[in-house]
Amino acid sequence: MTSAVVLVLAVFAASAVEMVEALTIVVAAGTTRGWRSAFEGAAAATVLLGVIVGAVGVPLVHLVPIDVLRVVIGALLLVLGLGWLRKAVLRSSGHKALHDEDAIYEKTVAELASAGAGEGPRRDALGFVVAFKGVFLEGMEVVLIVLSLGSSAHRLGLAAIAAAAAVVVVGALGAVVARQLSEVPENTMKMGVGIMLTSFGAFWVGEGSGVHWPGSDLSILALIAFFCLVTAAAIAAMRRVLARSTGSGAVSSVAASSR
Amino acid sequence: MTVLGRWLTAFGRFWWDFLVGDTPELFLGVLVVVATALLLRHDGVAAVAAVPLECAVLVAASVYRGRSRS
Repeated sequence: MTSAVVLVLAVFAASAVEMVEALTIVVAAGTTRGWRSAFEGAAAATVLLGVIVGAVGVPLVHLVPIDVLRVVIGALLLVLGLGWLRKAVLRSSGHKALHDEDAIYEKTVAELASAGAGEGPRRDALGFVVAFKGVFLEGMEVVLIVLSLGSSAHRLGLAAIAAAAAVVVVGALGAVVARQLSEVPENTMKMGVGIMLTSFGAFWVGEGSGVHWPGSDLSILALIAFFCLVTAAAIAAMRRVLARSTGSGAVSSVAASSR
Repeated sequence: MTVLGRWLTAFGRFWWDFLVGDTPELFLGVLVVVATALLLRHDGVAAVAAVPLECAVLVAASVYRGRSRS
């Protein structure tokens, strides 16, 4: 039960973060090339991603021995989770610029506008391709998370529903806020997802290898708490590193802006 | 190059970028974590402590490697 709740939270948050990035590109394509083509491109990519989950996920669960699956998928989750955590710590401590959806939006709009006028209400190939590519590439990471978390816990359907719910929620929010996507606290969400993916990864690598975690599924919560502490310590340490290299004044302004 | 060749190259590049990319230390470190878990699986306490600790060291080392040097 505990792992099911954490699984839903992890998949939902990871999907939401990736969908915010995809939505930025779809909105840019829609405003410059026409909404019809942008929506069609986004919808086609979503359907294709769903087909990939069904085509790869179902055989994975039924054909691969569960312990092998858990070790491989745990390792995959660790690579993904540690990478997200690394980026989030570097951004929070001021070593890396925060992800800027406004900048991505402006860049995409400029690129699309320079390609000539869109075709308004009629189909526009460029708008379709840009929206399709944005949703498909960002969605591939979601597919990997759904497949890995869902198949190792034997809850592929639940993971797919959580991801689909995130797509619907982000889509609905996008329709309301449209271009204010930079207001979404993306780095904080990415940090939370990184902590959850790393915790699940460590848990599944251990479980698949034959390690007996104390408290079974409950140890996932202990791992999450442990990686929260590690993240907080890493951010504090990296802020001190930056302070030493640039001077304390610069760091306090970066720290304030990353909150 | 044929369509199949281009597709396979793109597929391989996607997985290389996804797994290794600009953080090869994370990929190699995760292999060490897996090996540790397999080696210590019969020694409950050691494995339970080693796996999360190795992950913590890994993220700390990777973050330090990625620090801005300005």
